[in-house]
Amino acid sequence: MTWILANLGVIAEYTGAHLLQSLPPILVALLLSLPLAKLCNARGWLRTGVTTASGLMYAIPSLPLFVLLPGLIGTGVRSPLNIIIALSLYGLALMVPTASDAFRSVNRDVLGAATAQGYAPGARFLQVELPLAGPVLLAGVRVVAVSTISLVTVGGVLGVPSLGMLFVDGLRRGIVAEIAAGIIATAALALLTDALLVLLGRAVMPWTRRQEGRRP
Amino acid sequence: MNGNPFLDALVWLGDPSRWSGPAGVPVRTLEHLGYTALGVLIAALIAVPVGLYVGHTGRFKGLTVAVAGAARALPTLGLVTLFALLVGIGLTAPMLSFVILAIPSLLAGAYSAVESVDPATVDAARAQGMTERQILARVEIPLGLPLLIGGVRGATMQVVATAMLAAYVGSGGLGRFIFQGLGSQNYPQMIAGSLLVIVLALVLDLSLLLLQRLTAPRGTAA
Repeated sequence: MTWILANLGVIAEYTGAHLLQSLPPILVALLLSLPLAKLCNARGWLRTGVTTASGLMYAIPSLPLFVLLPGLIGTGVRSPLNIIIALSLYGLALMVPTASDAFRSVNRDVLGAATAQGYAPGARFLQVELPLAGPVLLAGVRVVAVSTISLVTVGGVLGVPSLGMLFVDGLRRGIVAEIAAGIIATAALALLTDALLVLLGRAVMPWTRRQEGRRP
Repeated sequence: MNGNPFLDALVWLGDPSRWSGPAGVPVRTLEHLGYTALGVLIAALIAVPVGLYVGHTGRFKGLTVAVAGAARALPTLGLVTLFALLVGIGLTAPMLSFVILAIPSLLAGAYSAVESVDPATVDAARAQGMTERQILARVEIPLGLPLLIGGVRGATMQVVATAMLAAYVGSGGLGRFIFQGLGSQNYPQMIAGSLLVIVLALVLDLSLLLLQRLTAPRGTAA
């Protein structure tokens, strides 16, 4: 406890670095998955290919990917960019199939009715299809957010600064409190982000509020 | 070793001396597989009976889902380093982490396997006079087997990835090549180690996927 109180500045600094590496992948995964999923749903062969690729991508452990990326894109081994790109790929591997399912779950008749009412394709997507796919998309983003925030710590063993450095440093110096602080801070950051996503979901999709009690 | 790091990694892998001895690729691969198998086995002994019980009786379902969900937020490196300090350097500390990290997938796999079985089928079995134990062993487990193996697959992928960190706290496995390379600034060796882990992970994943397909009972879509 004394270690934590004496090092609040360090923990805050690592938390900031941690967020800088976890928020971009979450955003990239969400925003890129939407057009990619639409594309997949329009082309059957692409959907099969992407599903297979996503499965294989998910099987690749994170540390080897963090190691391979510098050689592929010319960054340094300790560059946070490796972590951001690798975690974006994992996020996409999870989000594209999820978004594809989300769009397929939208009732075709509803889309037909919207077109009949005079919605242009762009407006129909933004005002009808996207909101109806929203709850499934939100569920996917929540999984991506929690696993991304947890995976960022692995970069610590390569010397990329994040809350994972508390594990590396704590192990080297034999300070249990430092490691415990890292675990608690990482889990808290993940659960807090998850809670914020749920609140955000309720704010932008008010019609889902009544059903919340029934969702697991 | 100033050229393309990937070519240097292939040269590293092609060196026959890397493929023999106690620190060679075959021994490290077997260590890695051994850690993974033992971690998943111990976790399965704990999680599968609990998951089957939860799935069959429907009791503690909310708690099980909550535990499996919350465990995903736990950073693997944090657990490995914490146990290394508390238990000491060696295999016990990483093995404890592997078991903890493998439990959520196995628990979810076992319980969703039982739950996926059509209640009408279970009722029919009960009406035929099967005991609860027979229903579980002869109806629910065979029908839910692909999902149960899906849980084993998820747990295996989790442990095979985390098993690299065993080398970080003084044990063996394929992580050794990565951390030795990091220490001696030998990037090609780090790449070689990474490629070996990726190949191992993909082979395990595809084998278990195949097993999942093969165990699907005829007439059901898995």
